Formats: sequence, C-alpha cells, structure tokens
Amino acid sequence: MNTNISRGRLNAKKIAPPGLSLLALILLSLLPIFVTDYTIIKINSIISFVIIAVSWSIFSGPTGYISLSTAAFYGLGMYASAILGNHLPLPLVMVISGIASFIIALIIGVITLRLRGVYFTIFTFGLVELLRNLILWLEIKFSGTRGRFVPSVDFQQVFYCILGTLAIILLISYLIKRSRFGLALIGIGESEDAAAHIGINTTLVKVLGFSISSFAVGAVGAAMATRTNYIDPGIAFNMLMSFMPVLMAIFGGMSTIPGPIIGAAVFAYLEELLITKVPEYFMIIFGAIMIIAILFLPNGLTGIAGKLFKRRKGAGKNANT
Amino acid sequence: MPILNATGVSKAFGGLKAVSQVDFHVAEGEILGLIGPNGAGKSTLFNLISGAIPLDSGTIMFDGVKISGKKPDKICRLGIGRTFQTAQNFAGMSLRQNVLMGALFGKKGQSATQAAADVDEILDFVGLTELCDKQVSDIPLAYQKRLEVARALATKPRLLMLDEMMAGLNPTEVAEAMELVEKIRNSGITVIMIEHVMKAIMSICDRIIVLHHGQKIADGTPQEVSSMGTVIEVYLGQ
Repeated sequence: MNTNISRGRLNAKKIAPPGLSLLALILLSLLPIFVTDYTIIKINSIISFVIIAVSWSIFSGPTGYISLSTAAFYGLGMYASAILGNHLPLPLVMVISGIASFIIALIIGVITLRLRGVYFTIFTFGLVELLRNLILWLEIKFSGTRGRFVPSVDFQQVFYCILGTLAIILLISYLIKRSRFGLALIGIGESEDAAAHIGINTTLVKVLGFSISSFAVGAVGAAMATRTNYIDPGIAFNMLMSFMPVLMAIFGGMSTIPGPIIGAAVFAYLEELLITKVPEYFMIIFGAIMIIAILFLPNGLTGIAGKLFKRRKGAGKNANT
Repeated sequence: MPILNATGVSKAFGGLKAVSQVDFHVAEGEILGLIGPNGAGKSTLFNLISGAIPLDSGTIMFDGVKISGKKPDKICRLGIGRTFQTAQNFAGMSLRQNVLMGALFGKKGQSATQAAADVDEILDFVGLTELCDKQVSDIPLAYQKRLEVARALATKPRLLMLDEMMAGLNPTEVAEAMELVEKIRNSGITVIMIEHVMKAIMSICDRIIVLHHGQKIADGTPQEVSSMGTVIEVYLGQ
C-alpha cells in the first residue's frame, strides 16, 4: 500500500510541473486584456529575466561552470534587432538572433570548454568585453557611427514573442532535466573525471549544453532591444546582464527548474519596486537582500520551500508509525 | 594473446619524466599488479591508458585497436573501466544512481530498462545492495571505493584498472576487497591493480610489474619479483 501511495505521488509529480506551467502560460497570455499597458511593459521585463535565468541554469546549474557570457549573447540579440528590425518581423529577427547565438556559443564552447572552473568563468567575462570592443571597432571602421537606432515594435507583440520564447525554453529545460543529456550534465558537475571515464563525451555535452543555454538569450535580447530606440556597444554589452542570471538563480535556488523562475520573477519585481519607490536606497537594500539570501538560503527560495515540505512529510511519516 | 599491449610509452611533466619508455602487456584473464614507490609513475600510467592525459610518445593497443590518442569516453566504450586513487563518485547522488550512470553511458544504445536491471545485478555482485539508496557522502571509505568498482563494472569493461582500491582499509575490508577482485577476474574480466598492500598483491596477482622513477625495473610472478635484488632495494626493503 505504501508503494502505491508513493507511486501515485510520483505520477502526480510527473504531470504537475508541465501542466502547471502550461496553465500559467495560458493565463499569462490572456493578461493584455485585463491589465494596463504599463504593467505589460513591466511584465515583459520580468519574463525576459525569467528566460535568461532559466537559460543560464540549464548549463551552469548542473555543471557548476559559472558562465558570465549572458551579456554577450543579449548584446548580439540587440544588434540583430537594430540591423534586421527594419526589414523583418520581430519573430523572425528573434529566430535568426537565436540561431546566431547558438552557433557563436558552439564555436566559443569548442575553444573554451576545455578550460575548467574559474578559468572558464574568467574567459566568459572577457568575452563580453571582447565583443563590445570588436563591434565598436567594426562600427567605426565600416559604418562610421558609434550607435544605431532600433526600430520600435508594439509592446503587445513583444509580449507574445517573449511569452513564446518562455514556453520554448521551459519545455527544453524540462526535457533536458528528464533526459540522459541532463544526467550527463549533472555527472560533469559532480565529477568530470568520473563522468569522462564512464563513457560520457564531456566535451560534446558541455559545448551543446552551453549552446542550448545561449540561444534564448540572443532571442530575448532582440525582443527587448525594441523598447530602447538607441543602442551602442556600451549599452548592448552591459556586464550587469551577465551577473543578473547568476544572482537570480542563486536567489531562487539552482538545482530545480522553478528555482531560477521564482528567483528571476521576485528579483526583477523587487528591482522595479525599489527603483520606483526608493531610488536613493535601491542599491543598498538590494545588496543587503542579496547578502542575506547567500548567507541564509544556500539553496535559494525553493530550498526553503523544499525543507518545509520535507519537514511536513517527515512529521506525517512519524505520525503513521 | 595479450588484451593490452603498450610499447615505448612516455610522459613528461615539464622536466620530470613521469613514465619513460615503458613496454608491457596484459594477458587476457590475468590479474596484473603494478607496484613501486610513491611517485614511480603508476597512476600516470593508468591515466595514459585510460586517456585522462595524452601520452608524449609510444602506442597502446587494446584488443588490436590503437587506443593511445583517444579520449577517455571512447576508451571506456571500447571496454576499459577504471577507478581513481581518491574515490571519484557523484557525491550528490545515491549509490544506485551512481552505478546507473555507468550502466547508461558505458555502452552505446543501452536501454534504460536494461541498465536498471544491470544495476541491481552489479550492486548485488559487489555487495552494496543494502546501501543502495544512501547518499555517497553517508557511506564509509571502503564502500565508496567499492562503489567506484561497481560503477566501472556497470560500463561492462573487459579490462578493469583499480587504483589503490585497498588503501586506508582495515584488514577485514582488505580481505573482502581481495575476494571481490578474484570474483571479478572469475567473471571473465582482466584486472590491472595498483596497490601498496603487499599481502594482497602477492597473494592474488598472477604477475607483477615494478615501476621506479618512471621506468619498468621488474616484470614477473610475485615470487620472482619479490626475490629480485633491485626490487627489494627500491621498494620492498630488507
């Protein structure tokens, strides 16, 4: 009987996350009918952070390879939007930007993923600077300008585009978690040597994982560029963008799918709230919250939820016996 | 017919010749011991065979296929399993999951159901069935080393390399480990083992190779090796 109960619970667990996500996405898609335009713009920004944090956690979560390259792909996406935005519809620009990010990540991965640990992190940090300066040089040399105008797009269209991207990245994240590929990523994080010696092609898994975690960032960059009408390399390749997903994932909890989602949503909302309400103290309060989160919530917000759940389950078990 | 054949294997780290011009072979079905003082190049030799580090010169043939220059995952899939000097396990997983990883990835096209069945068999074979739901961090060292053996066995190797499997174990655990090695050989798997526990190595190995300063200084049966003057001088002592 006990096994029956646990089996039933397992099935419910299997169906619950994708079902709930789908429901949430459908509810979200109805949002423009009910809320103000300003709220939609705010929600666009929150969803884009969720996508970035989930993307980042696909690779860096299980492997422990902390990537600081998010700003690079986000910036490339912004440039894709500036260059192609006048000629192509936004969804197509996002697809192109996503594919370009994937391919560039593939190339970077092949070169850098033989680097381990902190060396990889330092390289990805440098990559953002490299791209910023490279594009600045190209612009001045060939187009003779410093920045570009980005064609603006109706924010409702942006909303549906990034909602679609969110659906895709959640699906990918979920499928990877349940696949052999996902297990291989975890194995690499636990012990890369052991993983290689039981037949995991660690290089291939790392490069693919890194590329998968980069394409949606490029797509979101293209979508979010449309709300600023001017970009230059300094705006597009903003280092802060690389640190955001790391902080969000730590804040929410890295080892589960809901972790980065909740982390990014709470974080982005908090940022918005603090900036509008107490702009002078925004950074101080933000920093304090971050320090408290790292000190007291080693597994993030979802970590506490998990602990509470376990405690309740444990109490239930004791009551039974 | 040797299952593994190495000729002129060399590896230098900067100016240090960790392994230099070593020739050796492993016959199918034997237990080969690899001994020598600390820093003799034993673990480096393992790393060269398993592909963990590339060799500078020489060739290693496994079952007629050249494996030197191949990556660890390819070498594993050709049929060489190994353990590490300091146990390398997937610490965040249960024992069962650790072994399952080996079963899932060790051979191409392994189905999940087949892998799960293999895991039960292997856990039983090494005697870890009772502990299989525990986390790696919750079990003592002797079991962690045995877990590594189990994970390597799950990749279905024809040759298994054990790196100091008995270091740090008490006499009872050493006896159990010796029994396990014999059992592995009897199941048709060839074994190479690095070991400092002389009692174990002398009684279960068919043949012993002695390394010193990266060079092979002796190769023979336990009786032959233990009576050689040079071996006594550099390693065994009077």
